[in-house]
Amino acid sequence: MSLNIIVLAKQVPDTRNVGKDAMKEDGTINRAVLPAIFNPEDLNALEQALRLKDAHPGSTVTMLTMGLPRASEIIREAIYRGADRGVVLTDRALGGADTLATSYSLSQAIRKMEGYDIILGGRQAIDGDTAQVGPQIAEKLGVPQVTYAEEILGIADGYVTVKRRLENGVETVKAPLPCLVTVGGSADECRPRNAQRICKFKYAASPTERTALDPEAQKRADERCPEAIVEWSAAFVEADPEQIGFPGSPTKVKNVENVVFTAKESRRLDNDDAQIEELVKELIANHTIG
Amino acid sequence: MANFYTDNPDLKHHLSHPLMQKIVALKERDYTDAEKFDYAPYNFDDAMDNYDRVLEIVGDMCGEIVAPNAEDVDHQGPRVENGGVVYADGTQKNLEACRKAGLMGMSMPRRLGGLNFPITPYIMAADIVSRADTGFENLWGLQDCAETIYEFGSEEQKQKYIPRVCAGETMSMDLTEPDAGSDLQSVMLKATEMPDGTWRLNGVKRFITNGDSDIHLVLARSEEGTRDGRGLSMFIYDKRDGGVTVRRIENKMGIKGSPTCELVYKNAKAELCGSRRLGLIKYVMALMNGARLGIAAQSVGVSELAYREALAYARERKQFGKAIIEFPAVFEMIAVMKARLDASRSLLYETSRYVDLYKAYEDIAKERPLTLEEKKECKLYSKLADACTPLAKGLGSEYCNQNAYDCIQVHGGSGFMKEYACERIYRDARITSIYEGTTQLQVVAAIRHVTTGTINTLIESYREQLSQGPALSAELENVSKRLETMTEKAMARIAAVAATKDQPYIDFMARRLVEMAGNIVMSYLLLLDAQRNASFTNSAIVYNNMANALVSQHCEFIDSFDKESIELYKA
Repeated sequence: MSLNIIVLAKQVPDTRNVGKDAMKEDGTINRAVLPAIFNPEDLNALEQALRLKDAHPGSTVTMLTMGLPRASEIIREAIYRGADRGVVLTDRALGGADTLATSYSLSQAIRKMEGYDIILGGRQAIDGDTAQVGPQIAEKLGVPQVTYAEEILGIADGYVTVKRRLENGVETVKAPLPCLVTVGGSADECRPRNAQRICKFKYAASPTERTALDPEAQKRADERCPEAIVEWSAAFVEADPEQIGFPGSPTKVKNVENVVFTAKESRRLDNDDAQIEELVKELIANHTIG
Repeated sequence: MANFYTDNPDLKHHLSHPLMQKIVALKERDYTDAEKFDYAPYNFDDAMDNYDRVLEIVGDMCGEIVAPNAEDVDHQGPRVENGGVVYADGTQKNLEACRKAGLMGMSMPRRLGGLNFPITPYIMAADIVSRADTGFENLWGLQDCAETIYEFGSEEQKQKYIPRVCAGETMSMDLTEPDAGSDLQSVMLKATEMPDGTWRLNGVKRFITNGDSDIHLVLARSEEGTRDGRGLSMFIYDKRDGGVTVRRIENKMGIKGSPTCELVYKNAKAELCGSRRLGLIKYVMALMNGARLGIAAQSVGVSELAYREALAYARERKQFGKAIIEFPAVFEMIAVMKARLDASRSLLYETSRYVDLYKAYEDIAKERPLTLEEKKECKLYSKLADACTPLAKGLGSEYCNQNAYDCIQVHGGSGFMKEYACERIYRDARITSIYEGTTQLQVVAAIRHVTTGTINTLIESYREQLSQGPALSAELENVSKRLETMTEKAMARIAAVAATKDQPYIDFMARRLVEMAGNIVMSYLLLLDAQRNASFTNSAIVYNNMANALVSQHCEFIDSFDKESIELYKA
């Protein structure tokens, strides 16, 4: 049985190795020093999708992302690893969206697609850490959701079996298709980019990117991978203007505080019992241990 | 986010050598594949961009997966289970990543599932993989054996096996036996022809790297009653047919992740590859030349790793109030390590380019007759490749051992401890000057090119390239002048030794002659590198200082040596 798989992905600033210049004076993210990357858990989700594709020949993996036109970079990245094509949902009207508006917009884009068996996405994005978008999309589409997935064990007879990684153990659940699964960072890493695919799909360009190419490169893009990356607007997915972007976002950022740690990172103790006992008590008191 | 390709700009320097234009045009048959395959390049720039992007994948995979696994693989190692090999967990992950990344069968043509990469970018990948995990380079690098099936196998065999290699099946070359190591003429594994034209293999092979591979190339005695190399043929054994078991794997000093197997053949079904009787004299020689280039690349990867570890430690370690790299005794060691690394890498890619050129012509000759000019070029490049391969392997492997030694020395007492990577580097380096022909055998392979003029052809071409390039800086001009003088000095001794026609004496001096020739060639190459890219200036000078001293030392030894005293060296 071949599957129609959708993978939700987000291009995010790399917040994993932030230095002291990561935030600007006004408390907003200094995007200039943080490279834009493929949200790590979305890559875990992509790997699960590609394994389903390996196990079910003839399946297709379609990427869906919402963001600036340059988010096509992560679509191409996903195609290098084995995804078939991707959609960039991009529109000025979509800017400033909170999770509610984002999940609405993405669910509208999914409705525009030609059916699906399973939707996969990372548990959460490293720039917001809400873990809300996946579950909200499932609610809006009216499909079951499985969160915190570590491994998709298989799909058979219209059901998906998923191993979930929870705080105190693992849980194996079954859900009827179509459904939505969010994958956590404990799942296997995504496979590397494939040499043959990179030679072919390096030409893949979104319509926005295509306009910046010289005629020769445009010709190659048309010859080799014309429809690999498409762009959809809010109007194209028939999104209600009141439910997207700023107007559709009840969450308003009131204030951002730049937290600066004042405590030193290391402390030196002498080799005597009293000091060590003191430290152990302190660690228990602040719940670092125990 | 470690990337072993992008963090090393020297690689791109070698990849962008001017000769690549010609190599790629030949390999891509003027880019005609672009119409048939949607991943074939349209032109030279497009092809180079492909190599660059794919090497970036290799660098990423090596930095993020292979290198982090290396220590665990070294500790865990492979094991034998039910007559087969189970790789260390890290090795399995590395192989899986290589398969998914499509990095197997890189140089094979597209019609058989490969990337149709020239040897040069493929060898660059080997260089990178070796820096990440030297033992893993063996398993990955054995895809080289596909080259032998491609060159000498039937069309049916190519169709049957090469796509499987490109899809990720591993290979091995089963040559060595308990009584046939350096002397492969003594191979005894018995091949018997069956009425249906297939063969059965019986006997034992020893020291077989990755001996439980999917597809084996096997050297066996097909001509009953013969005792020399002319009774040996090459066979392909497919693991799917069964008949070969792994009796044991060796407990080695280094490259512990790479299983070295003793194999027992019991009526194992096999196919003849190529013609009978040409197994050793033609196919193994070709196979070995490819494998030697692979070990040369492996050696350069080790040199790179050793240099980086030493440099990082020397900058970080403080004694007497300052970083130890501030002390002349240490900074000299580091500079010399870099010079050895740069010299052996230059020679490595010089060699791979010649291999690329002659192999491309040989391959084209299967499609159409070569023009007279092309035939001449093919012959020349083949000869240059033959001369450079044992130099690159022989001297490159010795250099990586010296770098590994110095790496520990820079670490001092810490280097002797298991906590630091350098002790693994030291163990892994040691095999490179032994397998695929010891350094002593590389000297045997190289000496005739040194004494009969191939080296002169190279030197002349370097002089011409230098004169055609931009003017040298004053410091490089000095190197160039000194290089002329030392070349003259060395060539006089080489000619004098050869002129004696006294074989035992020539054999006795061979290593010195080959070392001098190698040092001169590498000195020229570094000078050319520095002419094209100023970042090689230091290495060009440091290396030339060493090479000049070595040539003087060897000349002095030869001049003052009394031939009669060879007797004294005999035990």
